[in-house]
Amino acid sequence: MGLSYSASKTIATKTILILAGITIFEVLFALLGKGILVDGVHFPFYVTGFVMIVFSVVKAYLIIYEFMHMKYEVPALVKSVLVPTLLLVWAVIAFLVEGRNWLNNRANAHNDIRIEQAVTEGTHQ
Amino acid sequence: MASEAIAHDHHHTSEKASWNGAGSPFKASYGKLMMWYFLLSDAFTFSGFLIAYGTLRFSMPTWPVPDFVFRSFPGGIHNAPLLFVTLMTFILLASSFTMVRAVQEGHQENRMGVVKWMAWTIIGGLAFLSCQAWEWTTLMGEEHMTIRTNPFGTHTEQGVYLEGDGAHIKEGDAFHAGQSYLIHKHGDEWLPLKYKVSEGPDAGQVKQQSFGPKAFGALFFFITGFHGFHVLTGVIFLAIIAINAYSGLYVRRKNGYEMVEKIGLYWHFVDLVWVFVFLCFYLL
Repeated sequence: MGLSYSASKTIATKTILILAGITIFEVLFALLGKGILVDGVHFPFYVTGFVMIVFSVVKAYLIIYEFMHMKYEVPALVKSVLVPTLLLVWAVIAFLVEGRNWLNNRANAHNDIRIEQAVTEGTHQ
Repeated sequence: MASEAIAHDHHHTSEKASWNGAGSPFKASYGKLMMWYFLLSDAFTFSGFLIAYGTLRFSMPTWPVPDFVFRSFPGGIHNAPLLFVTLMTFILLASSFTMVRAVQEGHQENRMGVVKWMAWTIIGGLAFLSCQAWEWTTLMGEEHMTIRTNPFGTHTEQGVYLEGDGAHIKEGDAFHAGQSYLIHKHGDEWLPLKYKVSEGPDAGQVKQQSFGPKAFGALFFFITGFHGFHVLTGVIFLAIIAINAYSGLYVRRKNGYEMVEKIGLYWHFVDLVWVFVFLCFYLL
């Protein structure tokens, strides 16, 4: 551990204040991005998404490293817990790409049906 | 055996001792280490749920806008987007802080300090669960969302309503693509509103509101429910450990209230999962 009682108390207070601040920022940014806070102002989904994910990872870092004391564990323990979670980076990307593909397939199928109907009704050139 | 060998060759022995289980290379007790690995496996479970959510959401042309779905607040307020879930987040964050304080008091061997801060943590956990109960009650009881029905739809075209719902929507109200709506229910009957499309390939056609992505209800109730179940079990274990701490059991163990540290790890993990549930369901 290596930290005095009062030093660790200060760190805990500081960490909780940062976490609360980030949360308020995230909520306001989400509302701003969706065009709810200011009329006519809104951001594309990937901009808000990117900002939100970055700040959520910062929150996760603070909770794991300060609250759960990962910062003060030996490096081998840290690696044995955190390295396996890297698999999730692959899983998230792979599955979201797959999900987007389902959407495209469904849209194509829908278009094919529309064209078929138009052909049978004789309205398709 | 180890002390004999130390005299001969220090380096050689420490390695041998480690292989024989004498050393603790991670400088953590068995219980604490296993809590970490349990949390790692639990993280994968939650990730499986959230990845399923993301995949299904990406596969749908529209998804209910969270600022529209989660905008109720106790006291009959219906236009406070995300306010209630932000409050829930603060409650959980605050309970994480009180948990840290309990662990710190444990290192100081301050028995009543541990009990006091653990009691605050339990109160925080119960407050969070109460909030979740209210949120679910509103969604199921007033807005009629179930695991199989999702009355929260989103327009994909621009148009004008041909009828009103007697509350928020009036006849002649215009809407744009991407705007969400809630289909009302009267008795056992759903009342989707009719509207006229004003632009795009279907311009001029009369259509009626359709239900939103069916998976939304099941995903919402199962994921937030699984998290809520973690909070509930956390509260139960916190209570047991707080009683043990009060009884003086951990004073006799003389290990700096390590049990409090272990339940602390679990409790922070519940908070950590909420960060990502909050991200996926409410922020994005």
